Amino acid sequence: MPIGLDDSAKINEYAHPEVLVSTDWLQSHLGNPNLVIVESDEDVLLYATGHIPGAVKIDWHTDLNDPVLRDYLQGEKFAELLSSRGINRDTTVVIYGDNKNWWAAYALWVFKLFGHQDVRLLDGGRETWVLEGRELTTKLPAPRQASYPVIKRDDSKIRAYRDDVLAHLGGALVDVRSPQEYTGERTHMPNYPDEGALRGGHIPGAASVPWSKAANENGTFKSAAELAEIYLVNEELDPNADMIAYCRIGERSSHTWFVLTYLLGFKNVRNYDGSWTEWGSLVGVPIVKGADRGQYSAIA
Amino acid sequence: MKKTAAAQEIVDEFKTIEERYRLELLLDFANLLPELPERYSEHPDLLERVEECQSPVYLFVEVNSGIVELFLTAPKEAPTTRAFASILHKALNKHTVVEVLDFDDDFPSELHLTELVSPLRMRGMRGMLARIKRQVSEKS
Repeated sequence: MPIGLDDSAKINEYAHPEVLVSTDWLQSHLGNPNLVIVESDEDVLLYATGHIPGAVKIDWHTDLNDPVLRDYLQGEKFAELLSSRGINRDTTVVIYGDNKNWWAAYALWVFKLFGHQDVRLLDGGRETWVLEGRELTTKLPAPRQASYPVIKRDDSKIRAYRDDVLAHLGGALVDVRSPQEYTGERTHMPNYPDEGALRGGHIPGAASVPWSKAANENGTFKSAAELAEIYLVNEELDPNADMIAYCRIGERSSHTWFVLTYLLGFKNVRNYDGSWTEWGSLVGVPIVKGADRGQYSAIA
Repeated sequence: MKKTAAAQEIVDEFKTIEERYRLELLLDFANLLPELPERYSEHPDLLERVEECQSPVYLFVEVNSGIVELFLTAPKEAPTTRAFASILHKALNKHTVVEVLDFDDDFPSELHLTELVSPLRMRGMRGMLARIKRQVSEKS
């Protein structure tokens, strides 16, 4: 049974208030047997230093990625993973994490590749929970083994592969990396390791809207009105256009995918998880350097 | 390329521990990272930022009479980074300039952590090690 929504004023103003909960809401639902809380962090040890009471851990790398292919896990493994965490197909799942919910948004996106209906983010993630002085525990939960069905992953709606991006050139793209990565001045985030891309720049026609514009200092999402101002008014993104978001490996663009799809109600946003580490190393694909979006013209 | 006895001990420890406890061992290291002495905690400008790490980690190297002393710090919200710093501290602190400069650059991959921690995360430790060596060679 799905659990009631967070009907607080801020969350109600978003296009899809059913995918976000506040820390107050989560606090008051701790211990609900139909709720599983999932922590998904950048730092693989952070959960062990203390987590929200009852929360289970799902790691973006060791749990959600295939150990051999550069791809996500398949239906059998997803079913195994979720069952072990006490999640059934109809369980309400709330995901939170560090780094302003990057990896939480990424995990939510993977849940959606498998069509999990009721999965929500905790507004503000781990940071806000901690800043508000709420309880953390190192006590490990013992989730009851669930029986998640084997679902075939559906990559067709919210995931873009490089060939989809090539076919989409000339269409709407949003590049959510830092301005220096967009212009091609550097191939990775300031202060972050370089995962390797042989060329710098951006995909022709991509708007530059760094992901962090959508977040407040404490990691909570900006209000519906502020987001509309940023994405619709200033950047003039079209909520009805087919849109592809990308970053470097697909985690920051999951955050923007979430914002555009659920908070602003864009109709068709896909996340290109190959992102710059793939595009910037592909042979022969078009790249634009500098601050201008540039235009796509077919390569002769 | 060589390893210090302390580093070999760490490698052996990670190698022999059961896989399911390996992250706990890493967390133990995170908790053992020594605090900075006042002369650095009050002057963060003296420390060098390790850009290869995803979280802010800073280090400073002192060389006195051929002996290397290491000072490393990282926030508690970044326990993996703290653990890497702590491992390098244990492996290299109070060793000679020669021991540090000859130290095996491939040490991080011998810890059997890549699959548990991810190759991206391991890169941070290599960055720290490279910067320690560079500072040591500049100061000796």
